[in-house]
Amino acid sequence: MKLVGRLKAVWAYRGFIVGMVARDFRGRYLGSILGAAWAVLNPVAQIVIYTLIFSQVMRARLPNMQDTLAYGLYLCAGALTWNYFVEVLLRSQTVFLEQANMLKKAKFPRVTLPTYVFLSATLNFAIVWGLFLLFLLGSGRWPGRALVALLPLLLIQQTLAIGLGLALGVVNVFFRDVAQAVGIGLQFWFWLTPIVYPLSVVPETLRKLMAWNPLYALVVSYQGIVVEHRWPIWSDLWLMCALTLVVAVVSGRVFRHLAPAMVDEL
Amino acid sequence: MNGDILVSNLGKSYRRYARRWHRLGEWLSGERLVWHEDFWALRGITFSMPAGESVGLIGLNGAGKSTLLKILTGTTQPTEGTAQVEGRTAALLELGMGFHPDFSGRQNALVAGQLMGLSVGEVAALMPEIEAFAEIGEYITQPVRTYSTGMAVRLAFAVATAARPDVLIVDETLSVGDVYFGHKCIRRINGFQQAGTTILFVSHDPLAVKTLCDRALLLDGGRLIRDGLPDRVLDYYNALIAKREAHHQILQVEVERGRTTTRHGSFEARIEEIDLQDGAGKSARAFAVGDWGRVRARVRFTSAVVAPTIGVLIRDRVGNDVFGTNSFHVAPIEGTYGPGDELTVDFDVQLNLGVGPYTLTVAVHSEATHLANNYDWWDKVIGFEIVPGPEPPFIGLTCLPVQLHVAPRGTTGGRSTRTASGR
Repeated sequence: MKLVGRLKAVWAYRGFIVGMVARDFRGRYLGSILGAAWAVLNPVAQIVIYTLIFSQVMRARLPNMQDTLAYGLYLCAGALTWNYFVEVLLRSQTVFLEQANMLKKAKFPRVTLPTYVFLSATLNFAIVWGLFLLFLLGSGRWPGRALVALLPLLLIQQTLAIGLGLALGVVNVFFRDVAQAVGIGLQFWFWLTPIVYPLSVVPETLRKLMAWNPLYALVVSYQGIVVEHRWPIWSDLWLMCALTLVVAVVSGRVFRHLAPAMVDEL
Repeated sequence: MNGDILVSNLGKSYRRYARRWHRLGEWLSGERLVWHEDFWALRGITFSMPAGESVGLIGLNGAGKSTLLKILTGTTQPTEGTAQVEGRTAALLELGMGFHPDFSGRQNALVAGQLMGLSVGEVAALMPEIEAFAEIGEYITQPVRTYSTGMAVRLAFAVATAARPDVLIVDETLSVGDVYFGHKCIRRINGFQQAGTTILFVSHDPLAVKTLCDRALLLDGGRLIRDGLPDRVLDYYNALIAKREAHHQILQVEVERGRTTTRHGSFEARIEEIDLQDGAGKSARAFAVGDWGRVRARVRFTSAVVAPTIGVLIRDRVGNDVFGTNSFHVAPIEGTYGPGDELTVDFDVQLNLGVGPYTLTVAVHSEATHLANNYDWWDKVIGFEIVPGPEPPFIGLTCLPVQLHVAPRGTTGGRSTRTASGR
């Protein structure tokens, strides 16, 4: 079966993939004095802005919540996971163009490229999320066992991100319009998902429509876990799961069909 | 067996679209609409190479050489037919592929090695070897952007050839870098040849093909038009270059002792007769080193030709050009010649050549080279032998005049100079 073959190829090239991830990580801080410290400083700044600045300085509050930090946590729960989603999607969309030189000159399994992008983004997310968890622990807001629910949620989210990124990435080689359109599309998607604003500011009728956004239930689940220490309502996630499944199948077919011709267009 | 290459009825077409959205139209129609033109870069290519064979791939620009290499290395897929390459393949398609300018030579070598399918441990084990071969010293820890082109090329070659591949594909890369390194590369490739690596070598340099290859393939317009000994295929290739300029007939004719030769041209002037004579004017095929020989050519014109040029070329056993000149440079022939006119030309040449077999090629064309108007180019029309003469023994392709002065230095006997001279 094709999928097994792909997985085997990824395993055989694990050295290359790990090398690329390391290169990616080091490359970002190359030539700087602080080096990898920036990998921590950046997310710290992000968390500080979302939590302290928004809640303490701008006094943004979540309705019905006494906790002054609640809005900051709400923002982090949605935005940090959204960033992870977008990073994988955007980078796997351009990775074939970025590595055109390699694709044209060497024979290696193409699927290793999105794989390394995924791992690289996951490393970044692990750092930022790890710091966020430390912050939760330090501020006495540890969500407890509900945190376990994050794993399946992130798994679904990233499967969707890779699926979309892979298909769009391959098509983008033929039509560079795709990357532009996706950039615009993501902006709409971001604002149509309750990441920055609390759900309560949305009128009831509109909220019903918004529920058709597959990411809606997912983001609400994250926020529930982090802010209210509440387990997700799994049945709400059916739309997200269905979309992920469809995207995964379509994307696999697009990749199989178009990937061989890709190198002729690079 | 590892190292075997089997190519069968291989074809590669690229789709050409007049407009970008035409492709989208095809996709949306489920490929029911056809809005593209197929451009066949390769078609009907069939050949096989047993493990350990070295083959030169030659052809004009756009003949399909690069496409064939890309298919054999597996970076692109054939449209029809199959290409099987057994065993581990290393390709030097364009050196320095995937080098990241901001990373050190060692880090880049590591990734490049992994890209070839080697494990981290294997690359690490080979690293001292790689560094030694690349000869870039301390620079191995510096970012690649600080490298000279030569250094980057050396490193890339060292990585690509660190572990002996079953199949090595080389694309015109040995010309990069200095002469010393070029020789080192050729030595390494020779070593691989002896160890049984199959080598496919693309080059515009006939000498390199002749030195490295047992066989040559000539591609033209996406087709494989010649497959044989490098010498003969290269002669045909030369004919092909001339063909671009004029309408030509190319024919390979049998001459003395079963040797085949290539003859091509537009035949507005035709070489009717060629003879090689000794100093006494008698036909000869063997000369002592330093003898005078005379090439006598009789040319007959079939249409009006202004100021023809007649040229001679002597090649050695493996086909290297040893000496060639023509009347344009020596003593231009003036005037116009019409159909039926004849011209006899004598080239007197002192054969200061090394001992061994040589061939003679004669051509009639216009201007300074046969690329202008090639009337008749007759490859290797006569073979001849150079035998030792009265000169002091020497080695090599030419017998250069030599003088030796020995001046002993000392307190006794004063100063005396002895001079000896060879021919």
